Amino acid sequence: MNLFDGPDPRAGAESLADHERRLGPLAPARAGLIEAIERSGLLGRGGASFPVGAKWRSVAGRSGGPAVVLANGAEGEPLSRKDQLLMWARPHLVLDGARLAADAVGADRVLLYVGEEHRSAAGALARALAERPAAQRRRFAMVAAPARYVAGEESAAVHFVNDGVAVPTATPPRPYERGVEGRPTLVQNVESLAQAALVARGGGAGTVLLTVAGAVQRPGVVEVPAGTTVGEAVGRAGGASASPRAVLLGGYFGTWLEVGEAWRLPLDPAALRAAGGSLGCGVVSVLPASASPVEETARIMRTLAAESVAQCGPCFFGLRALADACGRLAARRPEPDDLLRLGRWSAEVRGRGACRHPDGAAGFLQSALRVFAYEFAAAAGAGRRAAA
Amino acid sequence: MNDTLLWYTTRGSGAVSLLLLSAVVALGVLSAVRFQAPGWPRFLTAAFHRNLSLTAVVFLALHVVTAVTDPFAHLGLTVALVPFTSWYRALWVGLGTIAMELIAAVAVTSLLRRWLGHTAWRAVHWLAYAAWPVALVHGIGAGTDGTADWMLAIDLFSAGAVVTAVVGRLLGGRPDQMADARARFRATVQREVTR
Amino acid sequence: MTISIDRTRCAGHGLCAELLPELIRLDDWGYPIIQPGPVPEHLAAHARRALAACPALALRLSQQTPRFDSGTSQRSSRR
Repeated sequence: MNLFDGPDPRAGAESLADHERRLGPLAPARAGLIEAIERSGLLGRGGASFPVGAKWRSVAGRSGGPAVVLANGAEGEPLSRKDQLLMWARPHLVLDGARLAADAVGADRVLLYVGEEHRSAAGALARALAERPAAQRRRFAMVAAPARYVAGEESAAVHFVNDGVAVPTATPPRPYERGVEGRPTLVQNVESLAQAALVARGGGAGTVLLTVAGAVQRPGVVEVPAGTTVGEAVGRAGGASASPRAVLLGGYFGTWLEVGEAWRLPLDPAALRAAGGSLGCGVVSVLPASASPVEETARIMRTLAAESVAQCGPCFFGLRALADACGRLAARRPEPDDLLRLGRWSAEVRGRGACRHPDGAAGFLQSALRVFAYEFAAAAGAGRRAAA
Repeated sequence: MNDTLLWYTTRGSGAVSLLLLSAVVALGVLSAVRFQAPGWPRFLTAAFHRNLSLTAVVFLALHVVTAVTDPFAHLGLTVALVPFTSWYRALWVGLGTIAMELIAAVAVTSLLRRWLGHTAWRAVHWLAYAAWPVALVHGIGAGTDGTADWMLAIDLFSAGAVVTAVVGRLLGGRPDQMADARARFRATVQREVTR
Repeated sequence: MTISIDRTRCAGHGLCAELLPELIRLDDWGYPIIQPGPVPEHLAAHARRALAACPALALRLSQQTPRFDSGTSQRSSRR
């Protein structure tokens, strides 16, 4: 059972009637749904790959009033397209999953948190919601997420709903403890919810949505069985369009891998962790040999630094300094200690922000320093030769 | 004899309070600009600021109590609590009442800072910048020594310290890049809350 | 007892590093880097003093290990 079974996703959403004819009506959540989700091994698709069943269980078990479900369709990662496409092409699956989650955790409100820039997706969700009977519709509300990278972070999403500002908050408490209006809040990625809707209908959590990007023939979203290798996933997008040098797994928040180590790597959590990577939000971006890895790294670091909320000193100053140093290396005008600083600052910035933004940036940069060690050393050396 | 003692204590403790308060304000400014020098760590500025302010409050209390209980001046408790109710130089003494109440607010909120939270504490703390000039003017106008040479010298010295510190902060303060960036970022992710 | 910091309040005053240099040092921009792990008994009083001295009230002392930010740069890579 796949998310994109049925009509061509590029044609848009089915009607509610067609959706229920194809998949059968959704039974209300039974006792044992959370166990079924846990047994399926479904992992979160928002980037952290946290087990979905465990997350539902932790929210369901809390006191503090009826819970809230926040379906996270903010998708602020610039390279990722899967959530937009899923919401546009299969909004009823997302709504089904959100309903199931709400029933399972005892929530009386479901917020559909969609990036304001994803207008077609928001429109499709709104139309799908309008088709639902009033009894179901009553619990739902749509929230337009600001178009910034960090708006999809779970505490930022909760903060936005509560106070109208999408910036992360210091934890504890985490949203599952006290979130929207102080109530236990389940923040779950829309793909995770759609997958849960398949699990509830007897499917497994057998597929993964990927956004294949970079030097490939047909960049876009593909749905692949779990365990597909990177090379096979790229093949689904028409194969590489130029000789590949490296693969960025997980987007700007992800890690680089050499093409040699990446190509036959199965996209499953254990294998990825062993290889020092993670699926993240499912972006697979191919860097061709013709591109400059240092320039590409510097460009992404500048974006990550610019997306810092500037609440926490280490992130604001640290990422800017890292981006500036990368920029100097990319321009072959480094300062003498730039390469050393990249290593030191990226190690220091980890864990010293209120959210994981600096950690993601540091992890991204450290993987670049490993995979592109030669190019970075050459760029650092260029400065020395010029100075001599 | 007792009357004179009370009267001298009022005047003396008033002058000392002003000196101490001026030092406290200057140290507060140094704290805000993160002043430090070899052998002068930042926690020293903060510790001095706190200890001197508590000492100033003690001298201020002495000043108010002796003034109110002095049978010669017979000002009465009301004068210490309600501004401009004094029979004697109502305006100038009233300013003293106001300054004292502002300082009391700052002191109490500072002692309870950990329970009040940073935002509330900070909002009240700004009142110190109002309390100080009011206290200075009160000293010049309300006291019988107001225009005596030694009192003016104290006033000049105190004012000098505070003005130097404040002007220094206004001119030399480093622009807070992070605060600017934070404000600009928040503007892009802030929306009207609709319920 | 462990130290954690509310990073959204910390403004880099640096008094904590002056009062507890055994466990806290400052990065290139004046923000604290905290040693991971529990506070040794003999430093507990100094830690409490550092907490009281912070102008931004950003320091917290908790009796159990914090789940998220322990203010450390020594966190081992999850990758």
